[in-house]
Amino acid sequence: MADHGHDRGDGLRVEHHFENADQQYQSAKLGMWIFLGTEILFFGGLFVAYSVYRANHPEVFVFGHHFLDKGLGALNTVILICSSLTAAWAVRAAQLRQIGMLKLMLTLTMLCAFGFMGVKTVEYNSKWKHGLLWAGSYEPHLDHTDPATDLIHNEDFEDGGDIEGVDAVETDESGTADVESAPTDTDRSAIDPAAVGPPGLAGPEPEAEGEEALEIEPANAQVYFSIYFLMTGLHGIHVLAGIGAFIWLLLCARRGDFDTGHFTRVDMVALYWHVVDLIWIYLFLLLYLI
Amino acid sequence: MNEHGDSFVHIASVKLLLVVWIALMFGTWLTVSASTVDLGFLNIWVGLAIATGKAVLVALYYMHLRWDKPFNALVFLGAFFFLFLFIGFAMMDTAHYQPDLIPGYSPGMVGGS
Repeated sequence: MADHGHDRGDGLRVEHHFENADQQYQSAKLGMWIFLGTEILFFGGLFVAYSVYRANHPEVFVFGHHFLDKGLGALNTVILICSSLTAAWAVRAAQLRQIGMLKLMLTLTMLCAFGFMGVKTVEYNSKWKHGLLWAGSYEPHLDHTDPATDLIHNEDFEDGGDIEGVDAVETDESGTADVESAPTDTDRSAIDPAAVGPPGLAGPEPEAEGEEALEIEPANAQVYFSIYFLMTGLHGIHVLAGIGAFIWLLLCARRGDFDTGHFTRVDMVALYWHVVDLIWIYLFLLLYLI
Repeated sequence: MNEHGDSFVHIASVKLLLVVWIALMFGTWLTVSASTVDLGFLNIWVGLAIATGKAVLVALYYMHLRWDKPFNALVFLGAFFFLFLFIGFAMMDTAHYQPDLIPGYSPGMVGGS
């Protein structure tokens, strides 16, 4: 049976600095909403990076998103929406002291979270196999069944020969571009050029239309994958934290903490979970459905 | 024993939860379908509008904001307001640099470095 007598500040206990249970509950909730606000801003930095890079180099995003599986992304969206339903239902069950229902809903939510991570693992694994990783590790080597079979040819870069100050780049067997010489526009700025830069950037796109566009990798395609892994990775860490929180809630439920109708914890974790879902709604749109 | 009382607690009905769930699933289907239609520059805005509609549903009903103290909604919307400022100023800044860009040259963005 439940051990209500403990002194942990949960259950029906109202801490001495609160007037009553109502004020205690509302304070917890306000704190949670402020935390969720900081979560939005936490992801905000990555959304800014996304916006700026996409505005400047849309072709990189169009190219990159062909390597994401829309179906798996949609599946994960559905999984998260279902888990949001069960999380909201868990709050309802806790409010009504339906402990059996609460445990069921918490378990279902947790299983959805595991399912989400499972699908994510499949996706990450296929990126890993093809070397479609973040900037420093971006070494695409695709099977010939993929849409972008011929990733990089020397011609693609030499065609952009009207670009001044930039020499054509060589490609090695792995398909990555090596730059022979860097532009030396030092007179444009007191700051030295940061690094070598391949052609094909920040200017008109190379003449490629329709299907042909798929076969030409724009320069700096690795930027898309850096942003992809940072955004989905940070989101994935939040999903893992959510799994931990649901395990904790299940332990609490088993201990009988919610038998008293004290549902604040369930409510707070559910709020957090909904924000995780909410962010994924945007990630799915912005990364998969370009 | 429930000292929370019923005065300030809103309990969502199962029916409401399911209706919102159906709306969210429909929204997902709509987003995916809309992405297959070529609307030019409108695609991203249509997608964002649908996503925002879904987000509003989640916030209002699953997160109980509709019945919550308005101050909580203000805190949450405040975060989005500052996010809007953040993205807005960053975009204005990057737009100002566009005329200065050397075509085909983007320093410091080489892979494998």
